[in-house]
Amino acid sequence: MISLTVNGKSYQFDLEPETPLLWVLRDEIGLTGTKYGCGIAECGACTVEIDGRAMRSCSAPIGALDGAHVVTIEGLSPDASHPVQKAWIEEDVPQCGYCQSGQIMAVAAFLKNNPNPTDDEINANITNICRCGTYERLRRGIHRAAALMKA
Amino acid sequence: MDGSIGSLTRRKFLVTGMTASGGLAVGISALPRLAGAATVSATPWDDDGTAANELDAWIAIDPDDSVLIRYQRSEMGQGSMTALIMCVAEELQCDWSKVRTEYASANRSIREHNVYGDQASVGSRTVRESHLLMQRIGANARERLIQAAAARWQVPTGECAAANSVVTHQPSGKQLRFGELVGDAAKLKLNHEPAIKEPPQYTLIGQPTKRVDVPLKVNGTAIYGIDIKVPGMLFAAIESCPVPTGKLASVDESPVQGMRGVVKVVKLPDAVAVVADRYWRAKQALAKLEPEWSTGALATTDSAQFSSTYRAVVETPGAVARNNGDTGQAIAGAATKLDAVYEVPYLAHATMEPLNATAYWQADRLDIWVGTQMANNTLKGLAGILKLKPEQVHVHNAFLGGGFGRRGGIDEGLQAAFVSRAVGKPVKLVWSREQDMRHDRYRPMAVIKLQAGLDAGGKPVALFARTAVGSLFRGMGLGKMVKNGVEPMAIDALATNPYDIANQRIEVHLKDTHIPVSFWRSVGASQNAFFLESFIDEMAHAAGKDPVAFRRAMLGHRPDWMKVLDTLAEKSNWGTPMAPGKGRGIGITECFGSVVGCVAEIDLTPQGKLKVERVVYAIDCGHAVNPLTVAEQLEGGTIFGLTAALFGKISVKNGAIEQGNFDSYQMVRLAQAPRTEVHLALTGGKKWGGVGEPGTAPIAPAVANAIFAVTGKRIRRLPLMDQDLTTRTASL
Repeated sequence: MISLTVNGKSYQFDLEPETPLLWVLRDEIGLTGTKYGCGIAECGACTVEIDGRAMRSCSAPIGALDGAHVVTIEGLSPDASHPVQKAWIEEDVPQCGYCQSGQIMAVAAFLKNNPNPTDDEINANITNICRCGTYERLRRGIHRAAALMKA
Repeated sequence: MDGSIGSLTRRKFLVTGMTASGGLAVGISALPRLAGAATVSATPWDDDGTAANELDAWIAIDPDDSVLIRYQRSEMGQGSMTALIMCVAEELQCDWSKVRTEYASANRSIREHNVYGDQASVGSRTVRESHLLMQRIGANARERLIQAAAARWQVPTGECAAANSVVTHQPSGKQLRFGELVGDAAKLKLNHEPAIKEPPQYTLIGQPTKRVDVPLKVNGTAIYGIDIKVPGMLFAAIESCPVPTGKLASVDESPVQGMRGVVKVVKLPDAVAVVADRYWRAKQALAKLEPEWSTGALATTDSAQFSSTYRAVVETPGAVARNNGDTGQAIAGAATKLDAVYEVPYLAHATMEPLNATAYWQADRLDIWVGTQMANNTLKGLAGILKLKPEQVHVHNAFLGGGFGRRGGIDEGLQAAFVSRAVGKPVKLVWSREQDMRHDRYRPMAVIKLQAGLDAGGKPVALFARTAVGSLFRGMGLGKMVKNGVEPMAIDALATNPYDIANQRIEVHLKDTHIPVSFWRSVGASQNAFFLESFIDEMAHAAGKDPVAFRRAMLGHRPDWMKVLDTLAEKSNWGTPMAPGKGRGIGITECFGSVVGCVAEIDLTPQGKLKVERVVYAIDCGHAVNPLTVAEQLEGGTIFGLTAALFGKISVKNGAIEQGNFDSYQMVRLAQAPRTEVHLALTGGKKWGGVGEPGTAPIAPAVANAIFAVTGKRIRRLPLMDQDLTTRTASL
């Protein structure tokens, strides 16, 4: 049995240890906010926080995560009040929205360690793909979220 | 509407998955909402196709005045869901904060004489082809509410007016809320359609308005096709024959026998699927199979062969799409002659959400949960092939994780239906990224031969173009729509060009391979704007003219093109000096009824390192229902087109697509994204142009022309990553 804490709740799974966390979140727990995009950690649509770090859950086998604490988009805030979520709404960032759970999770983790990011730091760290091309507003959203965090 | 955002509140909505047959509750979903804004449910589909308190098939108003406005097309991020219900609300005179929307049911439309009409979101036409209908629906409803109130008060309707979901009898000040009138109003039928507002009277249309779907997309609640959960559902993974049009010959099922969770191997004519109790297990089991495919001679084809075939074809006469004057003679007599061949490759849509569908095929009923750009065509297409009555097919349209033209077919829905029948249960079938990329219906590859003649003063006197490109009509099985060897998509933004050049001849070869092709964001303009606008740039430089001035001289009869061009020149500071290594390029085109152009500013090192730093857009879409969405769509269109220009290449080897995932089919990411600004250059009047696709078309020529401005190198083939952009030979 593999134990996980997801968004503050404890779970135990009798699953093949190579099962990616992504599919555990989606198909076992029913947290479908975390998305499948590529399965090879290229696109970042599946980004969640594992023990405080942003990770691509499609390439994180649960056998290596026994006892880990996971936060998904559903657990980032109870009411979409996290500064990154607020900034995303204020800047009207999402279009199709499919990548945005991953973008938001990546940005939330990034801003914890980089509260005043430059554009170069953002470019180097936020590498998730958005096929709709929301990058213009996404960049504004990151700066706005950083400002909201200080407010 | 674009003002400050208040605190978010939570509302709970009970959502159901299949109430009509099973009454199965799928779950409870929390819906964050913007204060003062309209909303949409996290599960946007309408199972039953009816609601309490309906005024008609489009509008229901509850006793508390909350208004349901049905949206008949699809939401894939293009924002039309918000824009069209704005059009209804504009005329209905209801409180925008009390509006919610959901998809209109394709099944109800079948049962009620096509009440929702065209339900497709394709061709950038959702708003431009439906705004009038939606305004009229709103106006009709408002007038009936007013008549109901007037009847109740026994006063003339002319003394009554509606505003903010309330009808007021103006002489007495008496008021009735919409929610109190809906029952009476639903029984009324108007003798005449009421007039709708003229643009100066709009109060909601034209206001930058936050999209209704955004709050669902920041907390993971928006339900896409891939997120559907149906009780008792199994999962399927699928692999199609790697060579398109090839068939499954045989498959040895023994490698997956006894694997945990595996339920069945399902053979389809051109694919094999594994059904399991979990998607991951289905995918793992599928990987263990080694199907035998029947591909024939196609397995020896490759991109180099296609390229040389197309290049040979454009040297032979084609079907004539446009012919003005005598182009051959005019070029022969021209002082300056230009001659060039351009080429672009196949491109994948690569929507972030891979194709998927969930199907439950019971004896007399098929339910399909899918994100589709064409809910009613999906319904009719499945009914036709599966020999069901249309009213037996229920399409539950979800949010779409990208469309771009890919989600207009029934490939995935058909597969899911067959697999569901094979196991007798609901099945969610999900394409892997690799399946999605290798079994797309691609933007066709194209080669074009271009010639031009300039007179001694540098004035263009002749333009000749002969393109070879795959037929989208034939790709869709609509080959009889090809007329005299020509189809509109092949010549869009090419034969339709407005340039005042006296002699023009445009020829077409609709040239297919076995690689399936279809509509891809901006369609024909995606290649033709690159071809023509790059070649116009060649002509300008051969004439010794500034590229903007050269175009202006040919566009005096088109005020809309001139307005876009002049806006671009002004906002981009066209003509002002730039630092060494930096340059500007321009591209302008007409796509789905809108004139759109951009100026790209680039930085290019002598070693060939390219960065597109800033892009300035201008568009004339006539009117902008939601200017915020217009800006967003052009920003996004930039990235879509820039990705294609920089990296986009689907290549063929041994008959199969070589690329399989984002490691081999690269995307522009934040680090490569230019700063983008969008300017509306609206000419109004009768023009209602599209917005979702046009922005994709002009960026490739703008960047290529900027590269010429910096280096003097002319880019005649994409993607740029395969071209030599260096200007200095590396020293030893």
